[in-house]
Amino acid sequence: MTSPNRPLSPHLQVYKPQITSVLSILHRITGVGLGLGTLLLAWWVIAAAAGPEAFATAQGFFGSIIGRLLLLVFTLALFYHLTNGIRHLVWDAGYGFELRTVTISGWTAIVATVVLTLIAWIAGYAVRGGA
Amino acid sequence: MSERDLRTPLARVTGLGAAKDGTGHWWLQRLSAIALVPLVLWFVASIVSLSGSGQAEVKAWLDNPLAALLFVLLLGGGFFHLKLGLQVVIEDYFHAGAAKLALLILNTFASIALAGASILAVLKLALGA
Repeated sequence: MTSPNRPLSPHLQVYKPQITSVLSILHRITGVGLGLGTLLLAWWVIAAAAGPEAFATAQGFFGSIIGRLLLLVFTLALFYHLTNGIRHLVWDAGYGFELRTVTISGWTAIVATVVLTLIAWIAGYAVRGGA
Repeated sequence: MSERDLRTPLARVTGLGAAKDGTGHWWLQRLSAIALVPLVLWFVASIVSLSGSGQAEVKAWLDNPLAALLFVLLLGGGFFHLKLGLQVVIEDYFHAGAAKLALLILNTFASIALAGASILAVLKLALGA
């Protein structure tokens, strides 16, 4: 059925990266990444249900340097996917397609991601008493 | 409707097209996204306040039925949204064959299994003695 010599459309790498395309693929990448992150969430809650020792093991991992780094990336991915997802919902409703608006909403999503992540982590360290 | 429309009258009236489910997938992806906005914000706030906690504090948190309900909704909505999203990613990059079918089946099974296990864990913490 398929003929191997058919012409192909130009591939991604011939295009100059722009905020629209970069944020678009980042939405997909963070979505897949959050899928992997749900494994951590499932582990966390299943460990809590399994008992205090299993939960202490899980919390020990999340409190380690690697655990905290993973959670930081998880938080960034989550807030990016959330804020850019709202941007997508606004587009789905039919608004915000002007080039200028798209650029502004894109940068807003990036800034909101960083700000929300900072708030969550500062609050988290405050709860732990700075530890 | 043009004279050249080659679809059968039944295909035309159901309007579902080649993907067989019309806008159903697209709509459910948006619907779950809307639900997840407040649920995720609530969950991040909750988990931040539980930072460094032991199992007893998590259990006490889920003793509140509203917290248990919201957590179950987050897990159900989240894994559903994840399943729909990963399905599109698989369909975009695997065009045919056994690999595509295997990944689509794995995606469905893994999402449901993880959602079931996580929700069961929440219920055990919320309802257990």
